[in-house]
Amino acid sequence: MSRVGGRSSTDPKKVSGELFSLTYGSLVAQILKDYENVDDVNKQLEKMGYNIGVRLIEDFLARTNSGKCQDFREVSEKVQSAFKMFLNISPTVTSWSATSDEFSLIFDTNPLAEFVELPDHCYNLRYANILAGALRGALEMVHIEIACWFIQDTLKGDNFTELRVKFIRKIEDTIPPGDD
Amino acid sequence: MTIYNLYIFHENGTLLYYQEWHRRKHTEMSREEEGKLLYGMIFSMKSFVNKLSPSDLKDGFQSFKTSKYRLNFYETASSVKFILNTDTSVTYSLVKDLLKAVYAQVFVEYAVKNPLYKPGDPILSLLFKNKCDHFIKASSFYK
Repeated sequence: MSRVGGRSSTDPKKVSGELFSLTYGSLVAQILKDYENVDDVNKQLEKMGYNIGVRLIEDFLARTNSGKCQDFREVSEKVQSAFKMFLNISPTVTSWSATSDEFSLIFDTNPLAEFVELPDHCYNLRYANILAGALRGALEMVHIEIACWFIQDTLKGDNFTELRVKFIRKIEDTIPPGDD
Repeated sequence: MTIYNLYIFHENGTLLYYQEWHRRKHTEMSREEEGKLLYGMIFSMKSFVNKLSPSDLKDGFQSFKTSKYRLNFYETASSVKFILNTDTSVTYSLVKDLLKAVYAQVFVEYAVKNPLYKPGDPILSLLFKNKCDHFIKASSFYK
């Protein structure tokens, strides 16, 4: 079960992927209890992911020493390597739109949902929505606004999990505020 | 060789952090105003350098030098801006390596990974200050 997470497990400072999956599972269960409404839970997970993403990007940049991306294809490669770095999974990048502003990330398994079964009343729960939020938060920090959402999910009986990413716009540098 | 002072700016222009070591002359402005002035100058400098460049630039504006000091500028892909003033005998590439290390080993570790620190606010953490001080003083071109 070391598919998720596993930076070297011999490093005592790192946690095992299993611990992360289970922690995330209890988090989702708790939010479900607190909110009851599945749509609200989806929103909360996305928001939490966003808050993680805006910090995680700095860690990613510091470790990979990468500069700005020139096009969206480069972005997809960087995103792919980030999944490798933080979750030790390698999603496949595919299904590019004709204008190269949309792509899909295919995960053979849902990386966070190792031990999960969705009860019937949670059918609309987007269990791994935190990933979508993290991706949006991280890319916003490097001045790329995207939208992203799950279109297939192994938890719902699909063969694989597919996350769709769409480029919206490039955020321009903020001009410093002038003197009053 | 000497290091005078360090400014760290958020992408929106907020002065996140300031620390000085061998600065002997001070402006009459408040630190906040000084930060605004510097940020504005860097912002103009960047667009100036990009506009006047005869070919596409990879790194853009990096540093300038006067008879007394060199201002070194390093910006991450997330637009965190580091400005380090040194004396003129220090080369930019040395400073760039130092600033990259400050980013990766001080800024990310002790500001971004601190859950009590809200991104975009000035950094008040004492731990951050100590680590930063230690890091700069350990560098090969701190006197």
